[in-house]
Amino acid sequence: MNIQEFIQKVEHEFDQINPGSLTPESKIRDYFEWDSINALVFIALVNVEYDVEINADDLQQSETVTDLYQIIENRKNSVA
Amino acid sequence: MGLFSIANCRIAGASACVPVNVVNNADYEYLAPSEREMLIKTTGVAHRRVADATTTSADLALQSAQHLMQSMQWNASDIDLLVLVTQTGDYLMPATSRLLQHRLGCPKHCITLDVNSGCSGFVDGLAVASALVSSAGFKKALLLTAEIPSRYASPTDKSTFPLFGDAAAAVALTSDKDAAPLFFNLQTDGSAYEAIMIPDGGMRSPVHPVDSFRLNTFAPGIERNRLQLALDGIKVFNFSLREVAPNIRDLFSFAGKELTDADHYVFHQANMLIIDSVRKKLGLEKELFPISIDRYGNTSSASIPLTMVSELSHELSSKKQQLLFSGFGVGLAWGSCLAETSHIFVPELLEV
Repeated sequence: MNIQEFIQKVEHEFDQINPGSLTPESKIRDYFEWDSINALVFIALVNVEYDVEINADDLQQSETVTDLYQIIENRKNSVA
Repeated sequence: MGLFSIANCRIAGASACVPVNVVNNADYEYLAPSEREMLIKTTGVAHRRVADATTTSADLALQSAQHLMQSMQWNASDIDLLVLVTQTGDYLMPATSRLLQHRLGCPKHCITLDVNSGCSGFVDGLAVASALVSSAGFKKALLLTAEIPSRYASPTDKSTFPLFGDAAAAVALTSDKDAAPLFFNLQTDGSAYEAIMIPDGGMRSPVHPVDSFRLNTFAPGIERNRLQLALDGIKVFNFSLREVAPNIRDLFSFAGKELTDADHYVFHQANMLIIDSVRKKLGLEKELFPISIDRYGNTSSASIPLTMVSELSHELSSKKQQLLFSGFGVGLAWGSCLAETSHIFVPELLEV
């Protein structure tokens, strides 16, 4: 798992993000709000791809793509 | 132990009934058109059926039961057991199955029971009904599910209102020594009971003339009172992703079968994103998962038998089928059942 792969998966899942436009430093809220639907789609993606559970607080507290990626990586390592 | 098997009980038929009134979520004016489109795409609910204001769960259950009995040439006088799964009974008391005994014309020795269960309700009800059929040797029993969730969803709550549809279903069970065993895995986590609930109107928090009816805003587009359904989408979603796949894997292994041994995996039609995500976690093909949520929405305990009738009637009536049922939600409760059916009666979906 690396952050480029993660970015590609997110870009693929969300139609409103143009492929290639997201970087590790991108601010999530510049692209979309964490309304209920976007949150569920993201949570599903992370759960199915990485087997990691993300909750509403995680989303609210994350500013950048790297923040989200860090949560996933930390949780994946703590489980493994 | 949530894992068990029931012998000597056969699923002999299934019917379902939906209100004729179709509601199109593309017309849900409370949301902006782009948001409606996103909602339909993600949840899968394009259309749903809504009962008129005078129709009750007993009305729908009655129609569905009579439709099935007619196709199987069953007489009401022969019915030994009626189990009704519903969370939208006609009255707080008595239980709605009692009324159905009379309205169906079943004899006074017919046992009637309500099961208060929602998303996992069909599997719960099947466990209760088949256990009674098996131990008592009943010749003819009916498992009914009936739900009118449209009545308790707030029109100004986008997290519930556009998802739910009304429906009822009936399944015929018979005592049969040659029947393949039904395998069950039923589980509960009551600590998360607040994730899906109607807060007021019960004995913990009786209806208050002012507070119960006050509209509270929880987030943009999520506005409801305390007599309406509250659903914590993210919590329920994470619960489903965490619990459903292991529950199903454990069931197959308990039954001595491979995960891929079922012909169809009939899931509670909660929403498309949940069904698809759990399916991917199980590593199973899309074609094995019949889907009816696009036309009928989430119909709570009716969704599994409704999907059997609307999507699998040909397979069920013409050959042997190995079926996996999985229901998950309110409680929180979740359960699965592995059942074998062979040439069962499946009359056409009834619209009333």
